[in-house]
Amino acid sequence: MEDNQTDKKNKSTISAERKNKKSWPLWEVFVRSKNGLEHRHFGSLHAPDADMALKNARDVYTRRSEGVSIWVVESKNIKASNPDDNGEMFEPAADKAYRHPTFYELPDDIEHM
Amino acid sequence: MTNENLIQYIYGIADNSLILGQRISELCGHGPTLETDIAMTNMALDLLGQTRSYYQYVAELSPKAITEDDVAFLRTEREYKNVLLVEQPNTDFAYIIVRQYFFDVFHFMFLKALENSKNVNFQAIAKKSLKEVSYHKRFSGDWLKRLGDGTEESKQKAQQAVNDLWVYTDEMFHMTENDKVVAKAGYGVDTTSFKDEYYAVITALLQESTLDIPETKYFQKGGKHGIHTEHMGFILSDMQYMQRTYPDMKW
Repeated sequence: MEDNQTDKKNKSTISAERKNKKSWPLWEVFVRSKNGLEHRHFGSLHAPDADMALKNARDVYTRRSEGVSIWVVESKNIKASNPDDNGEMFEPAADKAYRHPTFYELPDDIEHM
Repeated sequence: MTNENLIQYIYGIADNSLILGQRISELCGHGPTLETDIAMTNMALDLLGQTRSYYQYVAELSPKAITEDDVAFLRTEREYKNVLLVEQPNTDFAYIIVRQYFFDVFHFMFLKALENSKNVNFQAIAKKSLKEVSYHKRFSGDWLKRLGDGTEESKQKAQQAVNDLWVYTDEMFHMTENDKVVAKAGYGVDTTSFKDEYYAVITALLQESTLDIPETKYFQKGGKHGIHTEHMGFILSDMQYMQRTYPDMKW
């Protein structure tokens, strides 16, 4: 069982490396659409290095004046939560309605709430 | 200086952008990767956009009732005054990038000088185009560095492209009689004034790219007088097809 898993792991690392040689790494692109707003995830693209990723992002994602600032980060540097762990990660929050600030009576004069 | 002098001068500038724009637009949907495809197509559109301003001005100056479309699409081969460099084929990505870089550096320096023209139209077009061309230059220069200083194969292909296209660089600085008249009037640009700077810039970048500088002293020329390479006819037949088949057609 353990051997099997190691085998599988080795195989996937090798094929990933092979793939990397043929194709460029993947980058995640974040764009700030105007000053004062936060950078938001816009999508991803391929590029050989960070500088080219920035240029590609400019051409792919901001050619219709969508942004004033771009961040790129190589996708492999993102640590993502595992969907298999969703039970322990997110479900405990589902029955804790008291964590939402909905138990206050709002005076009528307060607007935009 | 007459209007005809000015019109001919504009052809000498704008036809470079038109033909190079046409050349790069051939890559639309055929770029080596999706990202470079979009980048090159953006540049083609920038260049085509610039020609519109120039050709609208030609239509204004011309004694005949013509439009920018007539100017762009209905001239004969000899009437196009672009340099030979921009009509060279998209042999491979290295050729595309080297051709682009050799032209971009010239184009940038040319527009910088054109900003000081006495002609307000030229000033305005130069000012607007400079931002686009600064980006083109950075894009092609950065790529050239990566090709030259990349893998063995990319280096070999980049060197081949540099060797083959080098012979077309000198023509950009050739001043025709008409160029001299327009430059003397303060409207045009004396390209010889930044020739040394041009070669210093591209030599430095080629060295950084670990590529060799060709030693040839023999250069091709002719485009500025309307004498083109064998590729030009094919470009024009592609480019002019619609207007010639359906005269006066509009989008």
